[in-house]
Amino acid sequence: MEKNLTQIALFAALIAILGLVPKVDLISGVPITAQSLGIMLCGTVLGARNGALAVLLFLFVTIAGLPLLSGGRGGFGVLAGPSVGYIIGFPIAAYVTGAIVEFWRVNVGLSATVAAFLGGFVVLNVLGVIGMSVMLDKTLPEAALLALPFAVGDTIKSVIAGLVTQAIARARPEALLSRA
Amino acid sequence: MLTLTSPVKTVAHSVPAGPKLAALGLVTVILFAMTTPLALTMALAILSLVIASCGSTFSMALIRSLRPLWPFLVVLALWHLWLGDLAGGAATALRMITAVAAASFVTMTTPLAEMLALFQRLLSPLARAGLNPKALALALALMIRFIPVMLDRFEILSHAWRVRSPRRIGWHVVMPATLAALDDATHVAEALRARGGAL
Repeated sequence: MEKNLTQIALFAALIAILGLVPKVDLISGVPITAQSLGIMLCGTVLGARNGALAVLLFLFVTIAGLPLLSGGRGGFGVLAGPSVGYIIGFPIAAYVTGAIVEFWRVNVGLSATVAAFLGGFVVLNVLGVIGMSVMLDKTLPEAALLALPFAVGDTIKSVIAGLVTQAIARARPEALLSRA
Repeated sequence: MLTLTSPVKTVAHSVPAGPKLAALGLVTVILFAMTTPLALTMALAILSLVIASCGSTFSMALIRSLRPLWPFLVVLALWHLWLGDLAGGAATALRMITAVAAASFVTMTTPLAEMLALFQRLLSPLARAGLNPKALALALALMIRFIPVMLDRFEILSHAWRVRSPRRIGWHVVMPATLAALDDATHVAEALRARGGAL
């Protein structure tokens, strides 16, 4: 009980710091904020339920007024802006990612990479694109064009999520809730 | 880390968070019902007057909060110039700016603690669905407390990286940062249990 709670709270903090730290190079020369990597890790490490709860806790604090979204955004403005689909998609992405790792019991690194891609990229972008299409009054294909430049970075992030999850599975097998 | 609440005290600071939030919801619904650039320009003008009445420091801070919108405004402008439908583009852009500015106004005039308390009250009906309000309060406090702790540790991990590598910091530091979060969670859980449990 206590451990579920502390893991949810500390992974919510992890999402926050991954958005606050200076940008890291994913591949040399391509600096990208790692916040969506944090969303993926919530799912792959904590599993569907706790991963989604960690993301919800993070959004709860962000929307209430701490500027924790990458780029120092926060407050109600994030729900009124064109990125609202991504905000709504964050907990759903973590849930889908976690559910895939829980059910697809192959090698955890492979399962986590595929899950992070399907949840943290496909599901997240479907919702994000729908959000942009509504807020910017564009058709879905037009809005999808706007999301395209981020596709490469997000694909790389899912591979990193897989690698990090595999390393965690080796270092702390008992702590990997998604495979508990 | 600073909250988004404005240190410049305005009249709106003394309005309780609940009514402000309800008003924001209503304003946003009305904005989305408006379709002509003229009506939306008037809405933005009224909001600008309200914001301007709070002084220049407050206004500048609010304008800064709109900065993340500029890429979208550039795309909208180019797109509608190409289509030749300037009125439609103007309406969308005006609606977006007004809605985000109104939301920022509410965030900037409400202290974080008051907003968190309101959210917790709004979520209290979920207690029947299994969401323990005490657990939520504890998780909130833990999360906010651990952000500076984890930032410090990320800094230490970055130093360790720089000592060993001439390259820029890569994704490799995410792994020890995640591992440390898991270990902290275990230790804090044990500490809570040793002190009689979380709830």
